[in-house]
Amino acid sequence: MPEMASSRAGDTFPRLLFYHGQVRGDKTAMREKHLGIWQSWTWSEVAEQVRALACGLAGMGFKRGDNLAIIGDNRPRLYMTMAAVQCLGGVPVPLYQDAVANEMLFVLQDAGIRFALVEDQEQVDKLLELKGQMPELEHLVYDDPRGMRHYNQPFIHDVEALMAMGRIHNQNHPDFLDGEVALGTCDDVSVMLYTSGTTGKPKGVCLTHKAFISAARGGIAFDGLTANEDILSYLPMAWVGDHLFSFAQAMVAGFAINCPESGETVMTDLREIGPTYYFAPPRVFENLLTQVMIRMEDASAIKQKMFHFFMAVARRSGAEILDGKPVAFSDRLLYLLGNFFVFGPLKNVLGLSRVRVAYTAGAAIGPDLFRFYRSIGINLKQLYGQTETCAYVCLQPDGQVKFDSVGKPAPGVEVKIADNGEILVKGPMLLKEYYKRPEATAESINADGYFMTGDAGLFDDEGHLKIIDRAKDVGKLSNGAMYAPNYIENKLKFFQYIKEAVVFGDRRDMVCAFINIDIGAVGNWAERRGIAYSGYADLASRQEVYGLIQECIEQVNAGLVGEGMLADSQIHRFLILHKELDPDDDELTRTRKVRRSFVAEKYAVLVDALYSGKTSQFIETQVRFEDGRTGKVAADLQIRDVKTYPVVRHAA
Amino acid sequence: MSGRKIGEVILDLQNISLRFGGVKALTNISFDVREHEVRAIIGPNGAGKSSMLNVINGVYHPQEGRINFRGEERRKMEPHMAAMQGIARTFQNIALFKGMTVLDNVMTGRITKMKANFLEQAIRIGRAGREEVEHRKKVEEVIDFLEIQHIRKTPVGRLPYGLQKRVELARALAAEPSMLLLDEPMAGMNVEEKQDMCRFILDVNDQFGTTIVLIEHDMGVVMDISDRVVVLDYGKKIGDGTPDEVRNNQEVIAAYLGVAH
Repeated sequence: MPEMASSRAGDTFPRLLFYHGQVRGDKTAMREKHLGIWQSWTWSEVAEQVRALACGLAGMGFKRGDNLAIIGDNRPRLYMTMAAVQCLGGVPVPLYQDAVANEMLFVLQDAGIRFALVEDQEQVDKLLELKGQMPELEHLVYDDPRGMRHYNQPFIHDVEALMAMGRIHNQNHPDFLDGEVALGTCDDVSVMLYTSGTTGKPKGVCLTHKAFISAARGGIAFDGLTANEDILSYLPMAWVGDHLFSFAQAMVAGFAINCPESGETVMTDLREIGPTYYFAPPRVFENLLTQVMIRMEDASAIKQKMFHFFMAVARRSGAEILDGKPVAFSDRLLYLLGNFFVFGPLKNVLGLSRVRVAYTAGAAIGPDLFRFYRSIGINLKQLYGQTETCAYVCLQPDGQVKFDSVGKPAPGVEVKIADNGEILVKGPMLLKEYYKRPEATAESINADGYFMTGDAGLFDDEGHLKIIDRAKDVGKLSNGAMYAPNYIENKLKFFQYIKEAVVFGDRRDMVCAFINIDIGAVGNWAERRGIAYSGYADLASRQEVYGLIQECIEQVNAGLVGEGMLADSQIHRFLILHKELDPDDDELTRTRKVRRSFVAEKYAVLVDALYSGKTSQFIETQVRFEDGRTGKVAADLQIRDVKTYPVVRHAA
Repeated sequence: MSGRKIGEVILDLQNISLRFGGVKALTNISFDVREHEVRAIIGPNGAGKSSMLNVINGVYHPQEGRINFRGEERRKMEPHMAAMQGIARTFQNIALFKGMTVLDNVMTGRITKMKANFLEQAIRIGRAGREEVEHRKKVEEVIDFLEIQHIRKTPVGRLPYGLQKRVELARALAAEPSMLLLDEPMAGMNVEEKQDMCRFILDVNDQFGTTIVLIEHDMGVVMDISDRVVVLDYGKKIGDGTPDEVRNNQEVIAAYLGVAH
């Protein structure tokens, strides 16, 4: 990245933006597919639009220190709004766009939202529904005018009108915005991201320009990213990862972000864009692989043979070649051939041909899955971080990628392990505070300035951090053995047939599990065996499916028995739930993490049945449909015992 | 909340009777459709609803009665003429080209608007190329409107039923019709798909001012989205009016719920 004129030039996002507008004004900054064609905006166009947005907001009365809610899919206009708000010294507050109105209420009230910019009619309707409970909401701006013709409330505005107003304002006061931008400092809060609320009410995490810019700079230097990268921006804007990759890093390095046409076209758009830098949670990589495998099973015999032959070569030597380790000459040759016939075309189909660096985080990734992508030559790595640390704590360095660790501390970050196993972090990327929650801020940052992550972990011999579980989730079985529920659940979820798992065992004498099957993978498995089924509940209750899941669990048990202190955590009994766990029913968070205690309470009868030795249990559950109506599903669930392996105790 | 204005009568059917040999499909039916309204035709199975739609777009020719469309007395008319006059329709048993992609299927909806001749189109010279770009643009707008971007390149035969219905609607919309005939647009759909479809129908009506004539079995849906409803039973008209009027009509109740003899 070129040197900046003065030391202040690149220390806030608005200054970075206008800098790029000048030095690479004609380079593409953003793209979005609309009406089947990729539209693009150059850096100077983005700078102009941000100026218009900012002046328009100022004209409406938006002031320094105000918060502005942003709700919608990833769209250039919404990213521009973030920058516009920052220009005025305000704080953008992105919200999860698929949340129902009531879930948004807490955040909107907590952040004291007076201004909101939303994507479309759907989001406008949600805010109108809440308007009565949040009288402080003064202005509501929408991006997509579709269906908005009859909304004539005076406080609802079209973003185009807002920008037109802003352009006039800018003409009349040409120095206004530059003056506002000059007032900003790197210690101002640049964005407020709410935690997902796995534990209690969501908290607003205030992150400064300095925090995000140092995290972005660190990551860019670490992976040698340039202004020529292309990234697909498709993960929720309210999530810290998207903010780091699609906003902070793009602003710092000056590369292009690409917004998909709609949530459902992401796979097609991925292929068309061919990003060079890619981020996805493990479930996306898993879905991709599942699709490949399903299509391979339908391929001709020759293609299948070729695929399996070269995949065996890749498994043997692919990851080593990627890491630059020595590999037998014959394998190197075969890998080249494989690349021509199989891996190359495969990467092309996945849209990953141009990827130089790919990251995954947010949940543990299965070793087989991870190895698959690395073996076909995709430099997939893991990172570790939280909202409070700008998603920037540990990164896996090229050539030192291990499947079960999250890498080494990132540049500028100091990591240490507390006595109770909790991971502590210090560095410039830490949060400034939790919004209006000084007591929570004080609780999470200790006297020495370390942020307490709440995760339990340990360093291995080579200095790589290994995450075991949430520190508070780590419990004990009644015999005193350590019990790490997430660790076990992740092992279960590594099987393609298991979508979600919830295990129980804290202060109990054995570990038991709820399972959600993956309807795609198990459905396909059932089809091949000629098992007819009508839907999720029916498939989940099949004896054959129970048998399939039982085999998976027994494999997990076989693995656990060799893991010393976790050997007692083998799963003794399980059942397959009759419905999929769903954020709409509050069973998962919006980032799809299981809310274990809620599930335990909701399905208390089932938990009791697991521990009382019953072989089946009747349950009736309320479910909520997307439109907010509720219904009931009932089922008689069977419970199965699983084979466990004897624990060999070493004499102390 | 709607801003559309229901206008003059644009389609007037007088004393329509339709026979297939000795079978009377429709007997002496009269009703009208006003500009910009959502007009529903309901009735039990075999009441003559689809026949009525087929009369409107010229598939069937009634033996008796007069049809007046936009002030013009209509004599014998063929379906393609109806299409030229701005009447588009969808079918009860989806009539799409299964092997073709969604995009190509929707493109066929533009056929009446294409001016280039066969030869020009075949070798893509002169106006054919320009036209295609224009038509594609219109088609993309429809695809965006009905939110089917993700299946643009998917062959229709591989799509689930609910989506195929939506593609059929897209093809009809691509013709930019002034009147849209929908034959059971929600048959065989689940609750969520029905809600989506209702929203699309209302959006089309609202945004483009398209007059909509629809046949539907789901009474809840009909009563919610229609301005006026005509009720047929055994080929005869037994009710006509606003949803509320029809709901309280004794004859209609008897036809739907049966009557004690």
